[in-house]
Amino acid sequence: MFDLSDKIALVTGATGGIGFAIAENLHRQGAHVVLSGTRQIVLEEKAAALGNRVSIVFCNLGDSDAVDGLPKAAEATVGAPVDILINNAGITRDQMLIRMKDEDWDQVIAINLTSGFRLSRNLIRSMIRKRWGRIISISSIVGATGNPGQANYAAAKAGVVGFSKALAAEVASRGVTVNVVAPGLIATAMTDALPYEQKEKLLESIPAGRLGTTDDIAASVLYLASEEAGYVTGATIHVNGGMAML
Amino acid sequence: MIDVSERVKKIVVEHLGVDETKVTEDASFIDDLGADSLDTVELVMAFEEEFSCEIPDDAAEKILNVKDAIDFIKSQEG
Repeated sequence: MFDLSDKIALVTGATGGIGFAIAENLHRQGAHVVLSGTRQIVLEEKAAALGNRVSIVFCNLGDSDAVDGLPKAAEATVGAPVDILINNAGITRDQMLIRMKDEDWDQVIAINLTSGFRLSRNLIRSMIRKRWGRIISISSIVGATGNPGQANYAAAKAGVVGFSKALAAEVASRGVTVNVVAPGLIATAMTDALPYEQKEKLLESIPAGRLGTTDDIAASVLYLASEEAGYVTGATIHVNGGMAML
Repeated sequence: MIDVSERVKKIVVEHLGVDETKVTEDASFIDDLGADSLDTVELVMAFEEEFSCEIPDDAAEKILNVKDAIDFIKSQEG
């Protein structure tokens, strides 16, 4: 099941916890993975950890020209166009709205939402031509529930869902699916940094009684990327241990 | 060598799966030949491949029937 041999997957934000777990899982099922990120040394380390069938492309998703060049660069490195796009890269610039600066808003929208739009627009042509493609974007529970201090992030993550539904409707008849995975609280370097008491309190709000793992997210992404999920499109899979049942 | 008009019509027939007799020069892809908006994008992609040319988006938007396509391609070749 979930055989991805001969498929090429581009993962943005591949040096992060969730991004690399996604890359690892797709790679394990046979895909050639293209890791994209902004930390060259980490990219090289991660690529080395995967071994063969892996390429790296440096890209700052805040730079729109660089984003537009990424699919071509990936194709040039691998020698064939991308079949599976994983819009995973994300940043936060948390601040109560009353103090939120224009650049806090603009950067979060640019990297979390606009980069996915640009990459999808670039890749959709070859996917339509092949009558096969997968676009999977990582949203967040916050995009559905909201969260104080994250107006920018919540807007971008909700935007990803609307974007994906619209595109899904446009290309469904061409064998291209567009879906979203919305993580809840996942154990990463980011959540490790939270104070103990805050973590305890958060756990009380998760029926599953634990934080999610990066593999919990990657497993859903892998499913959506597979041949078997060909009839699933415009969907959002919430992976949050029951924290919000949507 | 088949002329531009025949090659364009052949692509339209193949892509939209319509009867050859319906593909007249004035036939609108959407109104007369049942194309959806993504079909028109794909037709343009097919024309680009067949004629090894690039059709920019603003020009592509104006290609609404067979004649539009033929005129554009001839203007590029001319």
